[in-house]
Amino acid sequence: MNPREARALGIDVGSTTTKLCAVDGQGRRAWQAIEPTEPRIQEQARRMLAGALAAGVPPGLSLLATGYGRKLVPEARTALTEIGCHARGVHRELGRGGTLIDIGGQDTKVIAVGDDGKVQNFAMNDKCAAGTGRFLEVTAARLRVPLDQMAALALSAQEEVSISSTCTVFAESEIVSLIARGTEVPAIVRGLLRALVRRVGALARATGLRPPLMLSGGVARNEAVQRLLAEELGLSVTLPGEPQLMGAYGAALFALELQSQPPSGQSGMSSA
Amino acid sequence: MSLLSSIAYRLNVDLIGKAVLRLSRRRSERALRRRGEPPGPLAPPLFCSPQLKELISRHYLRGRYANGHRPVAWVTSGGPIEHLQALGYFLIYPENHGAVCGIRRTAQELCQVAEEAGFSRDICSYARTDIGSVLSGRTPVGRLPRPDLLVCCTNICQTVLYWYQVLAYHFQVPLVLIDTPFLYRPAEPHAVSYVRQQIEEAIPVMERVARRPLSPARLERVLAESKQAVELWMQVLERGKARPSPILAFDEFIHMAPIVEMRGEPDTTAYYRVLLSELDRRVAAGVGALREERRRLIWDNLPIWYRVRPLSDYLASRGVALVASSYTNAWGELAPLMDPRQPLDSLARVYLHPILNRSTGDKLRTLSRMVQEYQASGVLLHSDRSCKPYSVGQMDQRERLGRELSVPALLLEADHNDPRSFSEEQVASRLEAFLEVVLS
Ligand code: SF4
Repeated sequence: MNPREARALGIDVGSTTTKLCAVDGQGRRAWQAIEPTEPRIQEQARRMLAGALAAGVPPGLSLLATGYGRKLVPEARTALTEIGCHARGVHRELGRGGTLIDIGGQDTKVIAVGDDGKVQNFAMNDKCAAGTGRFLEVTAARLRVPLDQMAALALSAQEEVSISSTCTVFAESEIVSLIARGTEVPAIVRGLLRALVRRVGALARATGLRPPLMLSGGVARNEAVQRLLAEELGLSVTLPGEPQLMGAYGAALFALELQSQPPSGQSGMSSA
Repeated sequence: MSLLSSIAYRLNVDLIGKAVLRLSRRRSERALRRRGEPPGPLAPPLFCSPQLKELISRHYLRGRYANGHRPVAWVTSGGPIEHLQALGYFLIYPENHGAVCGIRRTAQELCQVAEEAGFSRDICSYARTDIGSVLSGRTPVGRLPRPDLLVCCTNICQTVLYWYQVLAYHFQVPLVLIDTPFLYRPAEPHAVSYVRQQIEEAIPVMERVARRPLSPARLERVLAESKQAVELWMQVLERGKARPSPILAFDEFIHMAPIVEMRGEPDTTAYYRVLLSELDRRVAAGVGALREERRRLIWDNLPIWYRVRPLSDYLASRGVALVASSYTNAWGELAPLMDPRQPLDSLARVYLHPILNRSTGDKLRTLSRMVQEYQASGVLLHSDRSCKPYSVGQMDQRERLGRELSVPALLLEADHNDPRSFSEEQVASRLEAFLEVVLS
């Protein structure tokens, strides 16, 4: 990775973390940064871009934004949704199409990626936070377990309780009563991950599963989720190098491609 | 029927109202002509739009003065109306009125009135809008006439069954209920005769409330008129198969009002002739509803009434034409079943077969056929929080459209009339991602 070789940038402003990635002329990752998303997105993006320059990324590179806050980055020449960017990033990293599951902070997406890296179809979780990273965040906080220890706890569990609710709010109250009954925390954590994975699995099946099963997004790093998801869908899981970064990486790849084309605006429904 | 009411009706509707509405139509027509080409991705509005407005306004004006002059019936959208029309009833469709409230953004406050009276938010927002309007007397159309009779047909959902009981209790008027068995397979003869018998039994009630006997000759005329209107409507929809399409489903959502609530009337038939010939002129000249039609999509389920315009503008800005919808299609597809010479049997068949009374597999076949006939590259499935019978099965329909036709479909969660169940950001981001797929 050599930041001085960078030729284009992608920024993924997610609901939980913001990722910035630079690629060189061949589309290889040249520099990257990940931070928790702050309320002032514009300022944060500006600061992260300055950080990239300080690290040696050349100035004036074309930038493409994706993620929830994509329209709040004025420096970006255009914006695309995370769906296409994740597909693009993962396809480049793994070199093939298949079914990509991206469990993000607020949205879970199942994306059918063609062998050319294009999105053929996709499905997203419905309006509530069930089956998303937020479900884990809220329930982990209720159990007072740090998020990054959830996987280890779940994998160490001797037993597993069944959490019947995938609704974040109802799951919280289920946890309260399980704790009151003296249930071991690892068993609850494993039950929670199982509930999440069932929900995601149903979404994946409804999209029509085509192997390989690939994961991206922050939750993908959770080993227990990987293992349970593989069990749930009966397929082994393939991971890109930095699953969390795939949106920003895909965005940077698109930016690299667009560099030779004239700028074009994209308008959202609310701004139309 | 009272003499005073009849004088008021003639004066306000036939003399003053008619003249005023005609004047305002002419004014709008002149304005349309003067305006020429509007900027933006949409073609100019259809020239017959002012005529549609006149037709609908006149309908509600008639309604305003109907009580005392004509018998009034409130009917569900899938209800058998031909007998009522032959008996001279003025008809109100609470669902259509609900849509007007949705478009004019008054539905939410009316829903809240119903909720405060104890009706759950889980009930269909049309029912809540209507009950809220009845309880508060508020409506964007001036005044709704009180019903003398209620006619409820369960061929669209079971909600209407309870909703109309609430209305019957509130207004203390007779309720005619037509129960239609759900069709998993083509209708069996016993199902047809079951519905036929119920229509037969309803006739004396309709006659008694109207205080006049049904004239078979008039019924046949109404049915013939109705059939013609429905056939014309189907032709209007089929013009959407042209490339570029001269009409969008968004236009159809508005132009469908007469086919739902005035389909046995000669004015309705005349209107659809005018609309059809305008569309034919557009097709002949190669004029599309969008200046640049890059892709074509199909819509499933009711419109999101309070977002029709922004959604239409957004899709238009990306060159995406919504060329057909299973919803508007529902009012045209049954034309072949209508037979004026066999009023009872054919009506029993017609009222058994609406899309919502057929299996979800049947709906999938309808959607698949539309995708092919209209050469669409995607489907927008509005998962309507209110309308469970329309939304059930959409998950599988989405998956099968992808697997069998390689056509992507997007599930959009919203509600047709209650904006509180609509999340702008969620819908916008899903739609944007979907268009990236469709346009790539
Ligand atoms: S539930 Fe559906 S079919 Fe029934 S009244 Fe509501 S919108 Fe109409």
